[in-house]
Amino acid sequence: MTKMIKLKIDNLDVEVPEGTSILDAAKKVQVEIPTLCYHPDLEPTAACGLCIVKANGRMLRSCCTPVMEGMEVITRDPEIVNERKTVLKLILSRHPNECLTCLKNETCELRQKAAEFGFRQDNFKKISLSHEDAPLDCSTRSIVLDPRKCILCGRCVQVCQNVQNVWALSFLNRGLKTRIAVAGNLTLDESPCIKCGQCVAHCPTGALTEYDDTGIVWRSLMNKEKYCVAQIAPAVRVAIGEAFGKDPGEISTKKLYSALRRLGFDAVFDTNFGADVTIMEEGSEFVERFAHGKGSLPLITSCCPAWVDYMQKYYPDMIEHFSTCKSPHEIVGALTKTYYAEKKGLDPKDIMMVSIMPCTAKKYEIRRNESMYASGCQDVDVSLTTRELARMLKQAGIVFDELKDEEADSPLGEYSGAGTIFGFSGGVMEAALRTAYRLVEGKELDDVDITPLRGVDEGIKTMEMPLGGKTLKVAVAQGTGNVGKLLDEVRDALNRGEESPYQFIEVMACPGGCIGGGGQPTGVTNKVRKERTKGLIMDDKKSSIRKSHLNPDVQKLYEEYLDKPLSEKAHHLLHTTYNAVPVYKK
Amino acid sequence: MTDEAALEQTRKAIQKWKKKRGSLIMALHEIQGIYGYVPWDHAKVVAEEMGVALARIYEVLTFYNFFKLESPGKYIISVCDGTACHIKGGASVIDAFAKHLNINPGETTPDRLFHMQIVRCLGCCGLAPVVVVNGKTYGKVSPADVPSIIDEWKKKEAL
Repeated sequence: MTKMIKLKIDNLDVEVPEGTSILDAAKKVQVEIPTLCYHPDLEPTAACGLCIVKANGRMLRSCCTPVMEGMEVITRDPEIVNERKTVLKLILSRHPNECLTCLKNETCELRQKAAEFGFRQDNFKKISLSHEDAPLDCSTRSIVLDPRKCILCGRCVQVCQNVQNVWALSFLNRGLKTRIAVAGNLTLDESPCIKCGQCVAHCPTGALTEYDDTGIVWRSLMNKEKYCVAQIAPAVRVAIGEAFGKDPGEISTKKLYSALRRLGFDAVFDTNFGADVTIMEEGSEFVERFAHGKGSLPLITSCCPAWVDYMQKYYPDMIEHFSTCKSPHEIVGALTKTYYAEKKGLDPKDIMMVSIMPCTAKKYEIRRNESMYASGCQDVDVSLTTRELARMLKQAGIVFDELKDEEADSPLGEYSGAGTIFGFSGGVMEAALRTAYRLVEGKELDDVDITPLRGVDEGIKTMEMPLGGKTLKVAVAQGTGNVGKLLDEVRDALNRGEESPYQFIEVMACPGGCIGGGGQPTGVTNKVRKERTKGLIMDDKKSSIRKSHLNPDVQKLYEEYLDKPLSEKAHHLLHTTYNAVPVYKK
Repeated sequence: MTDEAALEQTRKAIQKWKKKRGSLIMALHEIQGIYGYVPWDHAKVVAEEMGVALARIYEVLTFYNFFKLESPGKYIISVCDGTACHIKGGASVIDAFAKHLNINPGETTPDRLFHMQIVRCLGCCGLAPVVVVNGKTYGKVSPADVPSIIDEWKKKEAL
């Protein structure tokens, strides 16, 4: 049993388990000690010094000081406040005053702290630094690094190196010259960066942001010649409300449809429909390999473009195990510019396809290789993050939470519960198993809730189930930092000539899956991830159809257009290829 | 030596450090000992052989002033600016080298012939200000001596 420690914080009695930090203990008595470098996802590093408190007569950083029996902590007195102000002034002395034009201005934690501490003028002369004129790194067209706005909190480095195991960002140089950069002064595009955007999600300032694509979308919406089509990803619907003051997990699907029409989109589709199609293709691909011995096992999901980039860089020898099926939004893009365009008599060149994604890597995916141009032109023209859409709605003066519910357009808008759970870790596998069961067993799976694969706490989740007279073993990994262990296990078994320990593997690059994606509203913690996951589970539960193969519009698509899963036409439009990519381009 | 042979040489040189935890710095020393700096491709070999991310290797390389990322040049001019040399005019000697070679301390001439660095005390303060070029020591150097020192090494190069 964990030992409990008794202490006093601001004269209030607190009892917490041994090992708890003063910072966390204070929360028990409703005391929020100010922090900047601290993030609950990460190990505290005591980099900034803002969380300073007095304990037993000493000044200590509360984020990394564990409580001790009988400790008497003071979290606020004139001396402490003065120290904190000095810390902030020093940070501000090397931070540009560009809040007005900064993409993070609404959510910047540094700006919030400066406001809370009541700064009304610059107290220290701005220090000019050697990298002050460092240019923006927009090379990935997904993520933008502005080194001038970096406060060296180290969150991005920790998340990139330790959580995601990507190692694109690092602390280079020392002292005043310290900066966040790629080894060898390369650009992010030349680096191991997989565009997952977890650095963006964790950056407290505007040093790391999404690449803003709203300009071209605005111009297209104003252009009468363009037929603008939008689609929304599963995870967007349970997070965008946060930008309008709603709780995480609240489902805003129908308000989103309505909002997108108000913005001027001519048609509004749902990526969840694409997810259902993905299941038809990927599920069939799996069944071909598992039940009919056509192709190698395990089959690994490939909906996540950051994971695709990671795999191409670190596991190119596993390419044959990768599902060739495209991600859901690429499928909707390709079908919009072919199937839908033909139905409507539209020239695909006149269609502006905009995906609203929880993701920064989708911006890279839309131009990843020639298969993203299956319709004859770029299938998805622009991929916006949830945050970018929220900004557009605010600019347009759309009162989001008062909008009337509307429905998506036909025929790429109807979705099953299986499509919507694509947004959380384990959901793609769950959706695939619901359909694979039907394909292999010839009957419907009764209990569709495959709960062992859900949840954000475990990095790797595994499960066994009987299928087609065999035992199917599946594994789900969330966060690329957890992938290595799993794939090394598979690779070792295959190298020894043995069967893979798992036949089907799902990987999502971001912790929690897409609901915790790098393009989602900021401030994500495990608590938020859980709420958003719950929202999607609810969306699935209340769906009358919860299996992709029972989506009537999906059935119609195959009847009218694609013939059957894995048909030649399906292959041309809905499948892709992969190739090895060097970890460093130089 | 071809590039491939050089990389192979590096691979061999760092074998003894491969298994030992905490010996990244020793492996990097090994490479700098051979080439005078740690070339990019060779840092990549270290990453591969030792299983350390290149990002971490660059964190180490850029943290320690000792490590160089670019070829330092053929003739390394170390000008002392330790206490004694500084008092005796070391700074003006540095300025003279900077002016005649048209480089700042820590930089290399574009032809990669000369690299100038500031060092703190070479242990012969009686000779202050002191300059060392590739192991040859010059004592009581004045700014006026600088052109002749440079010429001496240029002549050597011409031979």
